[in-house]
Amino acid sequence: MTNIVVLVKQVPDTYSERKLSDSDHTLDRESADAVIDEINERSVEEALKIKEAGEGEVTVLSVGPDRATDAIRKALSMGADKAIHVSDESLHGSDMVATAKVIAAALGKVDSYDLVIAGNEASDGRGGAIPAMLAELLGVPQLTHARQVTVEGTSIKVDRETEDGITHVEASLPAVVSVTEKINEPRYPSFKGIMAAKKKPVETLTVADLGVDAGEVGLGSAWSTVLEASPKPPRTAGQRVEDEGDGGSKVAEYLVGQKLI
Amino acid sequence: MTTHRSTTATLDPHDFLAIDSLLSDEERDIRDVVRSFVRDHVVPNVGQWFEDGRIPRELPRELGKLGVLGMHLDGYGCAGASATAYGLACLELEAGDSGVRSLVSVQGSLAMYAIHRWGSEEQKQEWLPRMAAGEAVGCFGLTEPDSGSDPGSMRTSARRDGDDWILRGQKMWITNGSIADVAVVWARTDEGVRGFVVPKGTKGFTTNDIHSKLSLRASVTSELVFDEVRLPSSAMLPGATSLRGPLSCLNEARYGIVWGAAGAARACYESALDYSTTRVQFGKPIASFQLQQQKLATMALEVNRATLLALHLGRLKDEGTLRTEHVSMGKLGNVNAALDVARTARQVLGANGITLEYPVIRHMNNLESVVTYEGTADVHSLVIGGAVTGIQAFR
Repeated sequence: MTNIVVLVKQVPDTYSERKLSDSDHTLDRESADAVIDEINERSVEEALKIKEAGEGEVTVLSVGPDRATDAIRKALSMGADKAIHVSDESLHGSDMVATAKVIAAALGKVDSYDLVIAGNEASDGRGGAIPAMLAELLGVPQLTHARQVTVEGTSIKVDRETEDGITHVEASLPAVVSVTEKINEPRYPSFKGIMAAKKKPVETLTVADLGVDAGEVGLGSAWSTVLEASPKPPRTAGQRVEDEGDGGSKVAEYLVGQKLI
Repeated sequence: MTTHRSTTATLDPHDFLAIDSLLSDEERDIRDVVRSFVRDHVVPNVGQWFEDGRIPRELPRELGKLGVLGMHLDGYGCAGASATAYGLACLELEAGDSGVRSLVSVQGSLAMYAIHRWGSEEQKQEWLPRMAAGEAVGCFGLTEPDSGSDPGSMRTSARRDGDDWILRGQKMWITNGSIADVAVVWARTDEGVRGFVVPKGTKGFTTNDIHSKLSLRASVTSELVFDEVRLPSSAMLPGATSLRGPLSCLNEARYGIVWGAAGAARACYESALDYSTTRVQFGKPIASFQLQQQKLATMALEVNRATLLALHLGRLKDEGTLRTEHVSMGKLGNVNAALDVARTARQVLGANGITLEYPVIRHMNNLESVVTYEGTADVHSLVIGGAVTGIQAFR
């Protein structure tokens, strides 16, 4: 019996225009369609695969505004069993440290967990530090950037892939895992899953319910402040190589310079 | 996957009337899943399927896994979704290709529905779960070479021989015919028109594919031949004893077409909208020209009107108040509208519009079948005409 908690974040659709609000430089949620982060579909898929290989329960945990219920419902329709939604006005503008604290506190509301699965980084903030911070706060092992996960009894084995190569790591449960996009191909929710999703329990909690001081979270308590934001300049034209008989070498030099070969 | 939450606060060119806001979360979720499936599995490949004149053998299983096969039926492995949700699925499938939607319609609304509605418990248990999963493909034999709009003139017959039935005759224009594991076949008997469940491989039952089609090429169309086919009494659908049997199934399938046509129209409109804003002539996008804008406006109008009509019929069907005459109006109106949109989009795309690089001529050619199958536009006009005048023109 493996109890798995999957961390799910609702993010602006990468297909739509994403921007920060003019007033406080936090994410402008109204300007874009909101979807479950693609990496979280993979996180849910991995949790479901582990559950289906043995026995267990998959709980979705999301910290986000009210409309994050859409992302939660997507995870439930894929096959997760229940959900916890932490929604509180005071969380607006929270940084990663505060978010990790809230997630850690919310995990205290789960009966017991063996494994927490997160995406390696969200496609909006791209901080990528939540899984490590969370493991630290929980005092459990962190196995990040997993491209393969195997759970055997009370131990977990992970192929951890970074730019430098693949590391085989192992830990005992409970543990926090973050997955990369190579981990799997997420399933489509089945229609039965979609119809069952709305009947699955979703517990909505505030910061106060978690025993977290509202003064510790939110924009005012963030350790860093966004002062200014501007869109990336449009891409400039590529580099032109004149072939004077050494075109091949120059192309190769360029590719080596870019660490592509 | 994009979940549009259109409201009238902003104007979405892809959902001008914010029809999305009329759907429930569940309906939107189901629609989004089918839309992603079509985007990932159908759109990138269907041009080639059309070119090759085939439908991939694994597609039924993929559709079964998705859950669309018989999704509006209850029990026996079917999802039990609402008629509206089923309609939305048909819309998204046909935005991919009418042939793919036809496969799903024939499987779910004709073959599975016939067994679900008119079959014995044993027939349901034997076929429906496998058909819902796409492990077994079904086809539906009503039309004959000389019996189309007038199914009462069918020649295929079945006669009792002891406990068995002997089926003989020929069916024509049968979607999924040669790939089907089971055929639901209608025949005249001494007891009226009856349906029979005929598994592939039954002695005397053969199929021949119809080649050289210029429409619905990503779909199998066959002739079914029954040469003194001996069937056990358990092969007969016990519930149906008249043409009402097959006609009830056709009404189900036509309902899906009402939605599907709106999908094909949407795909053509979107293709034309995209093309017109990027194709530059005379130094500016062709969408800048009034003649193109008029085309785009008309197409957007027709797509929105067709979708609203389909949604209205869906709500009536879910309430249990949908009449066959309503479905006739929906099919007549939406398929004709879709054909107009497809032809208009074809012109916006110029020469590019005649290739399979773009979806429009494929939809345009497909719709030429859709407008006459499952009741021709003419017959649906007569059904509506009969309903508004009280005078039946063809009976």
